[in-house]
Amino acid sequence: MLLEGEFRNPAGCAISAIFDKTGARFSGESIIDSIAVMRDRSNGLGGGFACYGIYPDKKDLYAFHVFFTIHSARKDFEEYISRYYEIDSSEDIPTRKIPEIVDEPEIRRYFVYPKQKYIDFVKTGPDECVFRTVFAVNTEIKGAYIFSSGKNMGIFKAVGFPEDVGRFYMLDSYEGYLFTAHGRYPTNTPGWWGGAHPFGLLGLSVVHNGEISSYDANRRAMEMYGYKCTLLTDTEVITYILDYLTRKKGLTFTESAEVIAAPFWSRIDRMSEEEKARATYLRDVFSAELVTGPFSIIVGFDGGVMALNDRLKLRTLAVAEKGDKVYMASEEAAIRRVCPSFDKMFYAEGGKPIVYRVKGGKQ
Amino acid sequence: MIDYNVAPFEVVRDYDKCVNCRVCERQCSNEVHHYEEGFGKMISDSAKCVDCQRCVCLCPTKALKIVPNQNAFRPNANWQQKYLTEIYKQAESGGVLLSSMGNPEPFPVYFDKILINASQVTNPSIDPLREPMETRVFLGAKPQTIERDAEGKIVTKLPPRLKLSMPVMFSAMSYGSISYNAHAALARAAEALGIYYNTGEGGLHKDFYKYSANTIVQVASGRFGVHKDYLEDGAAIEIKIGQGAKPGIGGHLPGAKIVGDVSKTRMIPEGSDAVSPAPHHDIYSIEDLRQLVYSIKEATEYKKPVIVKIAAVHNVAAIASGIARSGADIIAIDGFRGGTGAAPTRIRDNVGIPIELALGSVDERLREENIRDNVSLVVAGSIRSSADVVKAICLGADAVYIGSASLVAMGCHLCRTCNYGKCNWGIATQRPDLVKRLNPDIAAERLINMLTAWNHEIQEMMGGMGINSIEALRGNRLMLRGVGLNERELAVLGIKHAGEV
Repeated sequence: MLLEGEFRNPAGCAISAIFDKTGARFSGESIIDSIAVMRDRSNGLGGGFACYGIYPDKKDLYAFHVFFTIHSARKDFEEYISRYYEIDSSEDIPTRKIPEIVDEPEIRRYFVYPKQKYIDFVKTGPDECVFRTVFAVNTEIKGAYIFSSGKNMGIFKAVGFPEDVGRFYMLDSYEGYLFTAHGRYPTNTPGWWGGAHPFGLLGLSVVHNGEISSYDANRRAMEMYGYKCTLLTDTEVITYILDYLTRKKGLTFTESAEVIAAPFWSRIDRMSEEEKARATYLRDVFSAELVTGPFSIIVGFDGGVMALNDRLKLRTLAVAEKGDKVYMASEEAAIRRVCPSFDKMFYAEGGKPIVYRVKGGKQ
Repeated sequence: MIDYNVAPFEVVRDYDKCVNCRVCERQCSNEVHHYEEGFGKMISDSAKCVDCQRCVCLCPTKALKIVPNQNAFRPNANWQQKYLTEIYKQAESGGVLLSSMGNPEPFPVYFDKILINASQVTNPSIDPLREPMETRVFLGAKPQTIERDAEGKIVTKLPPRLKLSMPVMFSAMSYGSISYNAHAALARAAEALGIYYNTGEGGLHKDFYKYSANTIVQVASGRFGVHKDYLEDGAAIEIKIGQGAKPGIGGHLPGAKIVGDVSKTRMIPEGSDAVSPAPHHDIYSIEDLRQLVYSIKEATEYKKPVIVKIAAVHNVAAIASGIARSGADIIAIDGFRGGTGAAPTRIRDNVGIPIELALGSVDERLREENIRDNVSLVVAGSIRSSADVVKAICLGADAVYIGSASLVAMGCHLCRTCNYGKCNWGIATQRPDLVKRLNPDIAAERLINMLTAWNHEIQEMMGGMGINSIEALRGNRLMLRGVGLNERELAVLGIKHAGEV
């Protein structure tokens, strides 16, 4: 059987998120409760979480979460990384041994920052250094896989049902201002931990439900821009598109949403001249980044969260607000489980991004 | 002198049905049919027949059919009849053999060995009758950086581009090689459909300047009909380096077709053969191409996209890479099956490569070099149906050119004798009595009908794949699978074999 990344692997899924608009931190326990409700949308072959604001003491350092699946990988990785990075600290990521989660690889985290000479060499800043390192490690160092690489955030994922994965990683012991969760229903997987979601790059993380029909058009475009797709999943390519649009092309998240889930021409043609010119520009210039087919995604980023549905609204995505808290999930039940009464509740419209940012945070 | 050849076709007339109305006689410019007073019936000289099917279509009693001549030379797998026939012709005339339309030889047609995907269960198909299904395409270079004004708004100025309602354009066919009425039909259809037609290298008749918003004007090595107003009139300007039917040589238009307005439009004397030079004599290398591209851009104030059209040849990917760095906005690639009004038979049948393979390697090469955004890719030669369009887009084309298919829509039966100038369908001729047979209004309507039908079919196939916008189809090679192709062929096309996940 082919390994994940050697074939295209469509999957159905459950997604969920909880966000605090004030940036106040809360326990990861509730996100487990929320995603657990949607157990039927997962099949035990992958679950995971992205947690923002969990490393406040080391918030200026990049936190690499790494899987090592073969014995030599850790040594190779550490040798590689220490050449280019100052390593502040490293440790095993704490886990709770539970019978539901088996065959775990070695799981470690490293708090690092690129050495000045590496930053000088790359020229375009420390984020670009990390971007290059993630691709270099994941494609060149056998058995090592960086699955989280942002600042003051971390992704935790495994093969299993998401609620078990949450308990395994002791998510209840972390506090953050944003948690996103994913339960996976892959149609065909040998069950590799790296293939679970969320998928992340730098501070971006994506959880996704759907199967996109534009996949290979998107993949080939991203590969041209230097994003080597190693997992061949929708989530991976959507993450790369978002990184490309926001970090490399300087689009806002809202503009990126207009690229990914572009308005139909029939709507654009009815816009005011100024709006029409802008919408046409985005569709024309970024035509290869249009994503078609069903999807609902929740994108975590430094200081905020975005929910987005495909342009035809082929997936459901509920959003609720209660006080300073925002809840998002594939099913309303997953919100009601952790927030029985809310101030308001609505469903994301097709192609209309819903963006929340920490108040006073950067735009 | 003995004619060593036999007629390739046989005219078969059912005398029980024939009413001696003599329509066939009047319709045939090759003078195949005549009424024999003595016999009191119609007689046919099969030797003159080109199998254009005009008489068959117009016979009111359906008394006629044209069939291949069953007379056979002694079978020989090596010395096939066509080689003997051609030698007899050359032994008699001492001339280069001429042919028309695309390569008819039995080389593989890769489009016919590629199959398209559809959604099942994991991803819903989309119903184009009930949901938007977008086929609008823009052609032109893409900006590398996004500029914003002082308020942070995106500056929406883009390099010059073409806007197409669907990813199909009429490819270059000159006024001269085809008739005034054929050109009128193409121009009207392009305008009605929101696409473009292409003047070819014959200049632009003054009557057609009103279609300028839907006209691509061509500059070829002969520079026939090129002047300031011509360049300024086009929505885009195409530099023709090569043509799929005859890579490596220039255009041929027999003097017999250079009459009246054709002569004026081409700006050459009546009756003179219009034989374009093989190369552009100001382009002997890629850096020269860049200078011509920018000369044209300067002349037209950078308002119009420049297309560079090349024939698909062995090193097409490297050539395309050079063109993508030359300032050109669009590259058009013409495969070896592309049509022509006249080409040396040996070249038409033996030079160039299939467009599917050329496209597979060009699109991949431009991506490897991260210059795919510099240009749009338009492919031609030959696109025969909406399925070919979909496959070409999936392989990486932004749009396609159709030439032969548009002539067929107007009545052409691919008899491949355009070079005689006696087209009974009024398409590839300048004889006024023949030209008037083609009603440009009806021909335009037939073109519009064909492409409207194709667009519906493209939408159906897209919807089946769960794709509701054509840009998500472009380069989406996972939507294709090959059947009966070997590893090398699959690798060049960049697709998997049917049955592979």
